[in-house]
Amino acid sequence: MSAWLWIVALLAGSLAVGWLGRFAAQKATGNKPVYRDMPLAVAFGYALGVALLALAVWYYFQPTVQETGVANAGVMFFRWAVHGFFGFAVAAWLFRLLGRSLGTAASRKLFRQMPLTAAFGILVIIIYAVTAIFAGLLAPHGQAEVFAQANIVPGGNPALGGNPDFPLGTDQIGRDILSRLIYGAQNTVGIAFATTLIAFFLGGSLGFLAATLRGWMDQLLSRAVDVLMAIPSLIFSLLLITVASAWVSGFGLTVAMVLIIAVIDSTRVFRLARAVGMNIVVMDYIEAAKLRGEGLPYLIFKEILPNATAPLLAEFGLRFCFVFLTISALSFLGLGIQPPLADWGTMVKDLSAFINYAGFAPLAASVPLLAAGAIALLTVAVNFVVDWMLQRSSGLKE
Amino acid sequence: MTDYLVEMRGIHIEGRTDETWMPIIKGVDLTLKRGEVMGLIGESGAGKSTLGLAAMGFCRDGVRISGGSVKFDGIDLLAASAEKKRQLLGKRIAYVAQSAAASFNPAHQLIDQHTEAPVQHGVMSRTESEADAVRLYEKLRLPRPKEIGFRYPHQVSGGQLQRAMTAMAMSCRPDLIIFDEPTTALDVTTQIEVLAAIREIVDEFDTAAIYITHDLAVVAQMADRVKVLLKGDEVEENETREMLSNPQQDYTKSLWAVREFKRPAKPAPATDATPVVSVQGVTAAYGKVDVLHDVSFDIHQGRTVAVVGESGSGKSTTARVITGLLPPRLGQIELDGEALPLDYRKRSKDQLRQVQMIYQMADTALNPRKTIGEIIGRPVEFYGGLKGRAKRDRVAELLEEIELPAKQYLDRLPSELSGGQKQRIGIARALAAEPKFIICDEVTSALDQLVAEGILRLLARLQDNLKLSYMFITHDLATVRSIADEVVVMKDGEVVEQGPKPEMFQPPHHPYTDLLLSSVPEMDPDWLTNLLHERGVENIGDAAMQKMD
Repeated sequence: MSAWLWIVALLAGSLAVGWLGRFAAQKATGNKPVYRDMPLAVAFGYALGVALLALAVWYYFQPTVQETGVANAGVMFFRWAVHGFFGFAVAAWLFRLLGRSLGTAASRKLFRQMPLTAAFGILVIIIYAVTAIFAGLLAPHGQAEVFAQANIVPGGNPALGGNPDFPLGTDQIGRDILSRLIYGAQNTVGIAFATTLIAFFLGGSLGFLAATLRGWMDQLLSRAVDVLMAIPSLIFSLLLITVASAWVSGFGLTVAMVLIIAVIDSTRVFRLARAVGMNIVVMDYIEAAKLRGEGLPYLIFKEILPNATAPLLAEFGLRFCFVFLTISALSFLGLGIQPPLADWGTMVKDLSAFINYAGFAPLAASVPLLAAGAIALLTVAVNFVVDWMLQRSSGLKE
Repeated sequence: MTDYLVEMRGIHIEGRTDETWMPIIKGVDLTLKRGEVMGLIGESGAGKSTLGLAAMGFCRDGVRISGGSVKFDGIDLLAASAEKKRQLLGKRIAYVAQSAAASFNPAHQLIDQHTEAPVQHGVMSRTESEADAVRLYEKLRLPRPKEIGFRYPHQVSGGQLQRAMTAMAMSCRPDLIIFDEPTTALDVTTQIEVLAAIREIVDEFDTAAIYITHDLAVVAQMADRVKVLLKGDEVEENETREMLSNPQQDYTKSLWAVREFKRPAKPAPATDATPVVSVQGVTAAYGKVDVLHDVSFDIHQGRTVAVVGESGSGKSTTARVITGLLPPRLGQIELDGEALPLDYRKRSKDQLRQVQMIYQMADTALNPRKTIGEIIGRPVEFYGGLKGRAKRDRVAELLEEIELPAKQYLDRLPSELSGGQKQRIGIARALAAEPKFIICDEVTSALDQLVAEGILRLLARLQDNLKLSYMFITHDLATVRSIADEVVVMKDGEVVEQGPKPEMFQPPHHPYTDLLLSSVPEMDPDWLTNLLHERGVENIGDAAMQKMD
């Protein structure tokens, strides 16, 4: 029987079980409103959920090594995912517990109202920040140090081709992957953060300016932004960096890249800031401030900005992730952060060939996934925190 | 078996705030016979809308009915299944919301929305329902009943939309209609048409209704019985006439007494005195369309000039011209005999300081991210140059002036204040500039009557103490009666009549002033009947227009 038939059977079975379960619950509880008014779709959802959960548990306990001696990669990756999920959940829970019992009354209150996702996000961001700041102390080896042992498998188990000196293995020319990941946090995250800040300062202030002044200034800025946005951003930044590389190199090129990405991304921030600002400038309190004779800086930074923080903050989280991915993508293409500096995007690119071994050698294939995972984890964490901040500032409940 | 159509007993309703359930309605009974109209009245936050919705067995998100029973025609609505309720709502129970403009779907023609309920409930076919809609539109005296259904909501006026919504509620001939402040957002002259139309159609089909409002005079016209609510509790309930002539509870009496606030008349200003503000022959335009035509009036020191008119008459535009937000095409504004630059950007700091404004919506007039101390402190610092301790003391003084204890309020955000308190903060911000002249733009129209009266008394006291001059923009003639010294009546951007208040309220009037004056609902339950009779019952809208010509 093919996989499709199994899927159809699972869906049909869930539907039947859902209907029967609802019927049984109605009879057993004497037609309680919860069961009486439950649509069939909801009952089906419950049944399907239970079935998938059971399937996941069964899959988790499958042997990791097949009878033929080949590793069962699917099961191994699944186990890692489950371990990671629960590991982080427990860590986040403990972190929140810690926050609830330590610190000032205000910080304790903050932690009491914090959802677990936000605690996870903050924990991950703290870990990344500490790693980035103390990279020189934490990393066992230098980021450009080359060892004789190339292509060591992660895990540190000599029986599987690992080496305890290099817990996450080495890359194709023999550099320690753990050290490079740690230094990569410094390079990639630091540069992305700086870029995003510049983009926000630029786009935000110009956007508010356009919203407040309107007229020809608004037209000029908006049309300029339209022109910049009309060109596909990755290709545009590739082009500009190539042009810039004619004048500068090394560290100068990195600065040029930061500025180029900041300008290109500030167009998105400009659009948002202008739209948000337009809704705020029509408010009576802005009119009152104008009639008082307040100047433009006061209007923008004291009256408009405090009311625009919620949407800007949400955009900051997203924009940070996009900038971060752009830098990784540029590095992947060979134009971003230059070797020998470690960068997660470059690491994914350099080691991407190993992904081909995923079917039979999951340990070897996980090498490029480490850097990719580092990117993904930070992206998820930042978004969790931003969601939470948004919810708090907009006063949304549930 | 009782003969009640709606029987609500011991209703308790709770709302969720910050993880806890706070009571909104604390054990209220409500019974309604067939064909009877019950008026629910109370301040905002009294729970009238919540109680009204509960009569449908419905509550808003984050609200739950925690106790009591709701029976509609013997059916227990709280225990009824979702399917059973679906059969009742729209067909036997209908709801008319406060803002018809927000309740109609702007993407569909009126008739499509009208016929939806009857067709869905299987009461009528689409063609029958369309024919019926035309009959209802005729009954509600909508112009061109045959064609109006094919318009989109934005193509008809607010008053017409509210009547179309009533027609829609009637489409299935329900036994019960809940009217949730259907005329609150309308002008007085439009309000009359809607009130008369609702009353007639409810009478004709013998429909029971719950009429929710905060306006006593309106409820006097509409309801057979009135129930007064205060903070989720019932204060009293009685027949309308009995309630009006003989209220039992102190709270009810205070509601009734609100409109009695009157200031003593002031002596007329010396004829040769220079007016504080003089508007001279102002013609102003938005784009190419003139919205003000040759508007002139003077405001003398220590006096209040009320500018009245319907929405769209140019009252607020006049205020924008005086403040300099909209430079006029012709004419000029004088402050103390000196011409002001027409654009506010060209005015000096001192000229800006002299003219202050208080806004209608205190919610949008105060920056929600700033504390009260910052909001009031800014003009103190900006104009007076006070800093640190001196500034704090001045702000505290201003808060005392508006009757709010400084200690408690300095660090609060506007969202932590009630509507009346926010409006007081708006007043304090204007006072902080130490102006000569304040424009009050509909400052009381978003407030409950008791609160509004407090604001009016405060403004009157401040005027006496500080010799302030007010320009008071309003559409509410009761407010004009209580606070104005002089009245300017505006229509379509022109001043139709102006003069001292006592003269203005005595005949002979300009026909438009007469129409405005006679449209203000009075507490007399027979007022609407008499008025319609007087104006000729055929079509009140037409009658109004004829009077104009």
